[in-house]
Amino acid sequence: MSQVNDQKTLDQISRAAKTRKTILNVVIYVFLALWGLIVLFPFYWMLLTSIKSYSSYNAEYIPKFFTLSPTLQNYFDAFTTVDLGRYFLNTIIFTVATTALMVVVITLAAFAFARLEFKGKNAAFGIFLSLMMIPTELVVITNFVTITNWDMRNTFWGLILPSVTSVFYIYLLKENFEQIPDELYKAAKVDGTSDMKYLLKVMIPICKPTMVTIVILKVIECWNSYVWPRLITDDAKYFLVSNGIQEIRENGFGRENIPAMMAAVMVISIPLIILFLIFHKKIMEGVSRGGTKG
Amino acid sequence: MKNNNLKGWLYLLPAILFLGIFMVYPLIDVVVYSFEEGYNFASQTYRGVGGYNFSYVLHDPFFLQAVKNTFILVIITVPLSTGIALLISLALSSIKPLKELFQTVFFLPYVTNTLAVGLVFMVLFKKTAYSDGMINLLIQAFGGSSVDFIDGPYWAKMLVTCLYTIWVVMPFKILILTSALASVNQQYYNAAKVDGTSKFRIFTRITLPMISPMIFYLIITGFIGAFKAYSDEVALFGTNLNAAGMNTIVGYVYDMLYGDSGGYPSYASAAALILFAIVLTITVINLMIRGKSNAA
Amino acid sequence: MKVVLDHLTKRFPSRDKNGSDVIAVNDFDFEIPDGKLIGLLGPSGCGKSTTLNLICGLEAPSDGKIWFGEDDVTNLPPEHRGVGMVFQNYALYPHLTVRKNIMFPLQNLKGADKLSKEEMEARVMKAAKLVQIDKLLDRKPSEMSGGQQQRVAIARALVKTPRVLLLDEPLSNLDARLRLQTREEISRIQKETGVTTIFVTHDQEEAMSISDMIVVMKDGILQQIGKPQDVYDDPANLFVAKFLGTPPINVFEGFVENGWVMIGDEKILEVGEVEDKPVWVGIRPEGFVLDENGPLTCELERVEVMGRDTSVVARHEKLAGETIRAIIPAENKVDTSKNTVNFRVKSFKVHLFDRESEERIYFGDK
Repeated sequence: MSQVNDQKTLDQISRAAKTRKTILNVVIYVFLALWGLIVLFPFYWMLLTSIKSYSSYNAEYIPKFFTLSPTLQNYFDAFTTVDLGRYFLNTIIFTVATTALMVVVITLAAFAFARLEFKGKNAAFGIFLSLMMIPTELVVITNFVTITNWDMRNTFWGLILPSVTSVFYIYLLKENFEQIPDELYKAAKVDGTSDMKYLLKVMIPICKPTMVTIVILKVIECWNSYVWPRLITDDAKYFLVSNGIQEIRENGFGRENIPAMMAAVMVISIPLIILFLIFHKKIMEGVSRGGTKG
Repeated sequence: MKNNNLKGWLYLLPAILFLGIFMVYPLIDVVVYSFEEGYNFASQTYRGVGGYNFSYVLHDPFFLQAVKNTFILVIITVPLSTGIALLISLALSSIKPLKELFQTVFFLPYVTNTLAVGLVFMVLFKKTAYSDGMINLLIQAFGGSSVDFIDGPYWAKMLVTCLYTIWVVMPFKILILTSALASVNQQYYNAAKVDGTSKFRIFTRITLPMISPMIFYLIITGFIGAFKAYSDEVALFGTNLNAAGMNTIVGYVYDMLYGDSGGYPSYASAAALILFAIVLTITVINLMIRGKSNAA
Repeated sequence: MKVVLDHLTKRFPSRDKNGSDVIAVNDFDFEIPDGKLIGLLGPSGCGKSTTLNLICGLEAPSDGKIWFGEDDVTNLPPEHRGVGMVFQNYALYPHLTVRKNIMFPLQNLKGADKLSKEEMEARVMKAAKLVQIDKLLDRKPSEMSGGQQQRVAIARALVKTPRVLLLDEPLSNLDARLRLQTREEISRIQKETGVTTIFVTHDQEEAMSISDMIVVMKDGILQQIGKPQDVYDDPANLFVAKFLGTPPINVFEGFVENGWVMIGDEKILEVGEVEDKPVWVGIRPEGFVLDENGPLTCELERVEVMGRDTSVVARHEKLAGETIRAIIPAENKVDTSKNTVNFRVKSFKVHLFDRESEERIYFGDK
């Protein structure tokens, strides 16, 4: 270490360090703001275009970054020209039903693995875990054939059934269940509580945060699902929003009515964005705890 | 005790039923399909058993195009997105004010419908009779010449595909890396600072080794995810990806199963198994590289 | 290198929006002499770690200055201050061997200070020998015991020959036996190197046993500074008196009347010219003398034999606490058949404090 005792040099070093820090900070913020812009710009463009009138949009060779005469006509078109309302309703039914069924199935399974003692439990759990590695792309082919054979194409059951179990969520919930101390279970047993009652009245309330996280993640997944619904529905009566969007893009408003298309995109995106704004902490925590997308 | 055994399995029953029908059985069935030659969907009969399906798929120009597209996509987007995500996470972890706001904004693409935002990207990049589109005008403003990214040349389409893919996968990576960075004990940084370690050296000698398991995890999942690319391409180019020359392996599987060229579950199965083999190989190679660098 | 804290203050903005700032360090103004071992002592949250961070430069003060010798280092980044620091959890890099850990600071040196590979090796060896871990250089931190890791951390802090060595709770992660051994070790290393050393602890025994000087702090405010024995014998206020010493000082509610210290209606001690007022009476455990005719009558609870000494546990209604603990030589036998015990007190083991301000009231020649 340099034994510079010249106060002037020390002051210089102090100042230089400070300047460097300031410059670095500016660079960091500019960089982050830039990425923020890249993330937000498509959303802004979506909103902006959706409130421009059809004629003014097409008249702008150089698109304007704002509009002085916003209109809701496009939203009206989006709901009348194509059956956006129905797609919306379908998606809500699909999402709610799938999520509700899944919660029941995984809770029962997680409870069995976490709390009950029975023959073959460890082997069963091992097999469950190994199923986590199976990519959906491999099984989708047979599932398509199965659902077709069951005459369930273009029905809600056909949409819902293949996605009501998730090995990953069973695993997540089981881990959480296991953190509840044994004493609680023993105490409940002494009081003569049945297993089912213990699950409903003790375990689920205690593990509510995890359950909520799982529900939110599943809702997002359902809302955005595209591939399976596309395979299983060709009747527009059963389209979900993703398929609806694709339909709109290809046949809906005619290729040129971009503002109406953006209005539809807007309507589809808003529910999840609201959900996210309310639950962003929970969602981010849940995803970082071990989720991969899809 | 016997009663207990029954009860355990009873609780598991729904999960076992669903997993059995929609996961275990299909897994076996897909292999069976892939070897049934000349399978007819309507009559559910087949001509014989053999490797013809694989050979057909491997000689199908559409499949080869899909493989090429997928590989280009993987090779460009995985390193690039991981690298940029690392930069952003480092920047995020070094600030205090506005940090939460940035984090929240950066995560937004994760919760949005890929198909929906894909349309916005298409609008931004597309060149129509009415307008050259936002991005092209930007390019022109910097003195470049405009190009149709959606219906234009191959490289332009690939470029916009890569950009959109990166935009979509970024939130997850940023999130994972930021929490990995946050979990590094602040004392290490303090110790390094007291010792006068330069920022760059802190990064290469402390930060990187400490978060390397997470980076590795992201690279593996990134590879797997990118190999399964499909809906991003649909969003940008429409469902007829073969016509656009932008199909992916997964897209090829689905097209074989259903769609304009559909009705061939045997070909689809063969293609899906080939994809699975590719992903498995890449993952094993990744793990081997990781093991080697750990031993060193 | 002497270290001077010149009206040093550190404020942190409050967590909630409308709260006032938290003052972690409030107007510290003292000098740490060259080549001494100094203990910063106080309960958790008293600002001692913040003080350490200010001295090493990890945090910048809100007000005031820090001097190392004649250098104003207030705004200097840590690497230019010439400090070595041992962190509470040692902060050894888990992926590097001991050798590389110790070498790490040397590899940061640039320009004229840059060392050759041989010099580095030699310096590492010297530091490792000093802390007696030269046989363990090729191990990873995870393969060592807590005490060994501690030594590595010290070696890493010393290898660049710092002007000031800082230790943050150096013993808190060690078990009781190692703690005793390690604190002697720290004292030895400090004497061998002669480097000005400042360490932080919440354990008064630890601070008293090895420091040349202790600095007692509470709620960001400096309470007292001095040699350990002086501070123990002469506490500046009730907090310092209570914080130092095991077993702790016994505190009674009392008052001064006509030159006498009274506890209830018992005349305990003559103190001469002291104003009549309510006081806290602090009596060190060793300040009690067994005396049948002593003025202080206590309810005997039990007697604990500790070999060299005997500990008498008793109760008194004016005591500000549960029980009195008096330490008396083992040869003085307590009559356990009675349920009371009488004491007189040694005047220099009795301290008076104002009932309101809790400041010391001096009497006699004290």
